[in-house]
Amino acid sequence: MASHEIAPTGLHEVGSKRLFMWVWFWLLILTGIETLLAYLRLEPHTMLVLLVGLSLIKSALIVAYFMHLRFEKIGLFLIIVPTLVFCLAMILIFVFPDSVRIVNMHTIRLH
Amino acid sequence: MAEIDIDAIAGPAWGGGVAPFATNTKKLGMWLFLLSDSLTFSSAILAYAYVRLASTNWPRPFEFYPAVVNATFLTLILLSSSLTMVLAVAAAHRGEVRKAVMFIVFTAVGGAAFVALHLMEWFRLFAEGVTPWSNKFSVAGKPADPLFGGTFFGLTGLHMLHVSIGIIYLTIIAIGFGRRKFNADHVEVSGLYWHFVDLVWMFIFPMVYLMSVNLGTRGF
Repeated sequence: MASHEIAPTGLHEVGSKRLFMWVWFWLLILTGIETLLAYLRLEPHTMLVLLVGLSLIKSALIVAYFMHLRFEKIGLFLIIVPTLVFCLAMILIFVFPDSVRIVNMHTIRLH
Repeated sequence: MAEIDIDAIAGPAWGGGVAPFATNTKKLGMWLFLLSDSLTFSSAILAYAYVRLASTNWPRPFEFYPAVVNATFLTLILLSSSLTMVLAVAAAHRGEVRKAVMFIVFTAVGGAAFVALHLMEWFRLFAEGVTPWSNKFSVAGKPADPLFGGTFFGLTGLHMLHVSIGIIYLTIIAIGFGRRKFNADHVEVSGLYWHFVDLVWMFIFPMVYLMSVNLGTRGF
């Protein structure tokens, strides 16, 4: 492999150390809130909604700032995020409801 | 009628040399790999949620201490390693080789600590009789669903495999960048992989650990 000169590229000098520290700080805070929710032992449905919401916020922070997607061209975002959302929506719509049907079948059999 | 020069019209658009995403091929390739890998993990997490919902006797084996506290600590380690990785990428783009290599090494050490602590958690579960095929828990007096072990070890094992591969990847990048064999783009692409591993854990941690906290007598 050819040897490369390590020169300042300046191409992706996006975000400052201060910004990354802030993002990290907020990720820690959100993690602390999640753990607190587990300690409080809320109702499972409430907990699931809150945890999924917090996880989505955390993942958005990681993708936007740590993975620099916020600073990329919109085209890159458009080939990645909508594709993933579409595939997940397909799984959730066509596969997931079946799990509830199975648990109802269990319940019927028990009675 | 005047003749239309097709080449003159199509040339600029199809002649190459255009970067529609304003990025290099390494980074675009990594993003596309991560897209496919995120579908792998999504399927695994949804499969876990599916069998859990479909089960009437799913166990909640994790006490707040030590299991959830340990998992929270694992999360803090991964988040901190992501911070050092992003600082490594910034240093690499500024041409600060020593600083970039130092931050990559910190990241890899964080990953190694994560794997070590997670393996300790696994061995603790093995000692409690939880294996990928069986467990000794009971729910309302009935044996708990044996699928718990299969899905738990399958999901966390797949993630741990990614972390382990990431450690090897980062070690290679640190050595190559330190010897000027790799450039800042290589560091940035390895950073994408590492942040993805961190991102996946942001879903495994609440779905697997926090949603499985032992609720004691409340019996949800």
